[in-house]
Amino acid sequence: MQALVIAAHGSHLNPGAARPTYAHADTVRDTGAFDEVREAFWKEEPHFREVIRTLESDEVYVVPLFISEGYFTEQVIPRELRLSEWDPDRWDSEGTDADWATLEAEGKTIHYCGPVGTHDAMTDVIVRRAESVTDDPDVGKGVGLAVVGHGTERNENSAKAVEYHADRIRNRGRFDEVEALFMDEEPEVDDVTDYFESDDVVVVPLFVADGYHTQEDIPEDMGLTEDYREGWEVPAEVEEHRIWYAGAVGTEALMAEVILERAADAGADIENAIDRVKRATAEMADADDRGSRAEAGD
Amino acid sequence: MNAERAVEALVERVDGGETVDCDGLSVEAGPEGYRLELPELERTGLSTEELRRTLSAFGEYATNWRYWDRVGGAGTARRAFLRWCERAPVPGEATPGESDPEPLAVPDRYDALAEGIDREWGQLLLTTTLAENGDRRYDLRHVEDAGAAVEDLDTYDEPREARELTTFDEDGRYRPLKTAPTLVPGWVFPSPSATELVSAVGFFYPATVENWHREREGELDVDHWIDTAERQTGIYDVIDELPREAVDWMAEACCVDSQCLRRREWEYDSEDPIDAPGGEGPFPCREPCSLVIAAARSWAIDESEESHTWEVELTRGERNQIEEIVDAVAEGRTEEIREADVGEGANRYRARYLRAKRFGGEDDGDEGGEGFGDLVE
Ligand code: SF4
Repeated sequence: MQALVIAAHGSHLNPGAARPTYAHADTVRDTGAFDEVREAFWKEEPHFREVIRTLESDEVYVVPLFISEGYFTEQVIPRELRLSEWDPDRWDSEGTDADWATLEAEGKTIHYCGPVGTHDAMTDVIVRRAESVTDDPDVGKGVGLAVVGHGTERNENSAKAVEYHADRIRNRGRFDEVEALFMDEEPEVDDVTDYFESDDVVVVPLFVADGYHTQEDIPEDMGLTEDYREGWEVPAEVEEHRIWYAGAVGTEALMAEVILERAADAGADIENAIDRVKRATAEMADADDRGSRAEAGD
Repeated sequence: MNAERAVEALVERVDGGETVDCDGLSVEAGPEGYRLELPELERTGLSTEELRRTLSAFGEYATNWRYWDRVGGAGTARRAFLRWCERAPVPGEATPGESDPEPLAVPDRYDALAEGIDREWGQLLLTTTLAENGDRRYDLRHVEDAGAAVEDLDTYDEPREARELTTFDEDGRYRPLKTAPTLVPGWVFPSPSATELVSAVGFFYPATVENWHREREGELDVDHWIDTAERQTGIYDVIDELPREAVDWMAEACCVDSQCLRRREWEYDSEDPIDAPGGEGPFPCREPCSLVIAAARSWAIDESEESHTWEVELTRGERNQIEEIVDAVAEGRTEEIREADVGEGANRYRARYLRAKRFGGEDDGDEGGEGFGDLVE
């Protein structure tokens, strides 16, 4: 038997923080690729500390629903899971290329994977997010794309992850312009319009869940709204640009695919689950989009 | 009850060379015929026909075996829990908090199952009843909804939907602690399978079944306060500085049954018990949870400040009123105190009056201090 654990931060204060984790876990559950699927959290339950014992499977794939390699993925999660043999060198990563490490905990084999945020498949999720927020499956021509992250202040790898995906998307040549922007360092998201010539700019924050940063700070900093509580238009006019603000990329249904890719890289036997998730989430994105369009600007 | 299929399956199983051993029933095939043992009798040298006939006469034992055979999961928490639900014998020791009724042998258990066997797990009520063919049926609901008709409750089929039910309390406030005694009533899982039942319980109260099982097996890995605190890093690095007596206050504040239904098994360390009741529930708490860790950080910072003596002028009534306000907040009663209940110290008008008179009024801001009391030393 094999199990999947999706390890996320969660929140003591915000009931919405776990929602994307639940949604992706359910998408994976519905593929039937794993005998058991669990969400696990730092701030909610089941806690990282208690999750392994809830499994009957001997092979466990742990995928951190985090954007970058850093404090949580390198210290907190391994410690709390009791991965006593863990050492960050096991990932042999320069900051964006963690793959997996196979360890033991509580009598089980634990395949501890790198975070979703630095997997190559994440690039596609960012693009999918741009497609869904513009409701245009071919979005790109004549359009700029900004990938937004924290700066290096909190974690140097977080900026690396943002730049990594921005570079990859730029190299594909699909969008006229692609920029990596940051909240607490140059180039700053506040000045988003300075960095683009295109009239239409899609802004995708590389965050796993919507919260204070993506729903309050960034929209206000970019000038989408004076007061986040009043919401904003999608697209919103800012200094003669149209800003298509996507909200956290982590809420995109296709994230479930990245989770599966991580587990598959580490050896999980998931057959054609990835294709099924691609199809299922494309349908979901369509349906979601019709829903969110009606709500935009509420 | 129709035991025919169970009897057939059992005969087939022992013919395959296995010994069947379940809740007082033991059957095996040998060169001299079958051996059958029940609490009431022992037979040897039975022909297949005799075995069938005897088993059919004790059909409850046969269907009981068949059910538990299909549940499977020897040694798992899931199996132990499902057996606990119907008061079947469970390996290990009854947990300390439990007022566990005696396990029932098959005939008594079947009588009780006909009526339905109720067990409480925190605020969950689990009822096991017998289906026609000897299978079990389950019903999972809030303890407050005992006896309610299924039609009067919101019905759920998917265990994962329990997550939605656990997210908010009755006032719509977020519940960050799943074992807080604030689970909303009004719903039912009317016919989950055994697997779905355990899975739903796992969504309501994560890991409680597994830790309960470990405890029964004598294998609960308790991490006491000081070990857990010393393990922390980052912003929680400071919590191991919390003074010894503050850990008692913290456990009294957070972990008693009025706040959390887990039974606290962690102490200050293995030799230094905490002076607050741990609780009476069936499932243990094996280490301070993330909520306690987060709160401990605030207290560690508060406790790093020195105490001073303050000179404050208050009437006796005002002094008592402050106590009433603290009690009302600590017990979460402020919402209940009505607008015109001016006899209550924690009434809003009373508190505003006290603030106007003694705390520098509305504009004193959040800093407190300024308008209230003078430092003596
Ligand atoms: S630490 Fe206290 S509040 Fe937290 S789960 Fe355990 S008993 Fe409950």
